[in-house]
Amino acid sequence: MEGTMHADAKIRAETGTESGPRGPGCSLRHFACEQNLLSRPDGSASFMQGVAEKSREQLIRNTCEAVVLGALHPRTSITVVLQVISDAGSLLACCLNAACMALVDAGVPMRALFCGVTCTLGADGTLVLDPTAKQEKEARAVLTFALDSVEQKLLMSTTKGLYSDAELQQCLAAAQAASQHVFRFYRESLQRRYSKS
Amino acid sequence: MLAPAMAEVVAVAAESLAGSRARAARTVLNQVVLPGEELLLPEQEDAEGPGGGGERPLRLNAGARSRVRVVCGPGLRRCGDRLLVTKCGRLRHKEPGSGSGGGVYWVDSQQKRYVPVKGDHVIGIVTAKSGDIFKVDVGGSEPASLSYLAFEGATKRNRPNVQVGDLIYGQFVVANKDMEPEMVCIDSCGRANGMGVIGHDGLLFKVTLGLIRKLLAPDCEIIQEVGKLYPLEIVFGMNGRIWVKAKTIQQTLILANILEACEHMTTDQRKQIFSRLAES
Repeated sequence: MEGTMHADAKIRAETGTESGPRGPGCSLRHFACEQNLLSRPDGSASFMQGVAEKSREQLIRNTCEAVVLGALHPRTSITVVLQVISDAGSLLACCLNAACMALVDAGVPMRALFCGVTCTLGADGTLVLDPTAKQEKEARAVLTFALDSVEQKLLMSTTKGLYSDAELQQCLAAAQAASQHVFRFYRESLQRRYSKS
Repeated sequence: MLAPAMAEVVAVAAESLAGSRARAARTVLNQVVLPGEELLLPEQEDAEGPGGGGERPLRLNAGARSRVRVVCGPGLRRCGDRLLVTKCGRLRHKEPGSGSGGGVYWVDSQQKRYVPVKGDHVIGIVTAKSGDIFKVDVGGSEPASLSYLAFEGATKRNRPNVQVGDLIYGQFVVANKDMEPEMVCIDSCGRANGMGVIGHDGLLFKVTLGLIRKLLAPDCEIIQEVGKLYPLEIVFGMNGRIWVKAKTIQQTLILANILEACEHMTTDQRKQIFSRLAES
């Protein structure tokens, strides 16, 4: 399944990635996830992926608010604290993934899971999913999407750079395909956690 | 190794086109379910044809379809005529003991945060005394209120001896998302039944809610084994708090450590530790 070619977008396979199960045209870096790390807070998770503060906080907050069933907890505040251990690119997507796992670990009722996927457009129109920091800096445009798990609907998108309407649709489609990979990883990770008990 | 991955990839692609299809609750019992999944109840499985997509055959005797009342437990919400999973965990089902009803479905999740539920017995810590009401911290989002008359034998003249900082074992009479929770230390007949102020010695510690439910299950061996080890007094609160008291402080601490570690140990490891402690 290495390097499948699409009719309209060329997706470069990442060098040096782990060979996990890959969807067609999806090349994300290796994931690792650990839950219930900290003893004091109600829930905690650490999500490692491959590698503007206030606006990023607002984006993550809006995504969480769209998914969490807040009506079940009136007059209650839910605080999500994200600590960046290392930044190797796709930081916002990694933060979204970590926030989702932490909310699940804390037992907050949600109407769906969500994940973040970043993609960049190179100067010649090549689409790269889950870019490293270097690729993000050299790209013409960087687009981050938050997608939900039920129908891969778009919850949040933030973009930086120059791109056409058709390219936006291509990136969104590629992100939706990649999100399946992330949700499968969520499912395996949670099944492993519940298999221990 | 490659073939199953490819088959899964094809299935995933097909699913993404069709949208997530709801699964029958019966087929997912005791498996891990994720938030966002929809489950079909047994009576609806016949209505969904093999093509799915929400098509229902037109029925002439629509009114005669038997209605089964299913109770939606923690972690599930009603969404139209399906169940929507809101928490991650294992799906469980309990058949109705007698009479009608389709039983109870719920999701067994592991979490540390307690949400007050009516009828739960909990351990609370008195944080304030204001007029006729004590404010008790039960680990939820707001403190519960406990009236001083809600103790056995309490009257306006004969007030209970409760100070700030005391431990209380009581049950909730009012616990919903809209109102402040209220608890009492008597049952419906007016008897204490084990509730009230817990003694001054001993140790209070916190564990996850899943462990409490496991320890309180009728066939739990852990408590029997612990009882054989040392004579002890123990109180379980459904809010994740356990109070333990043994003859000496050292024994109390050992018991507290064992109970906290029980969550992550397998049965064999536990038996090893108990046998080692019994020898010493």
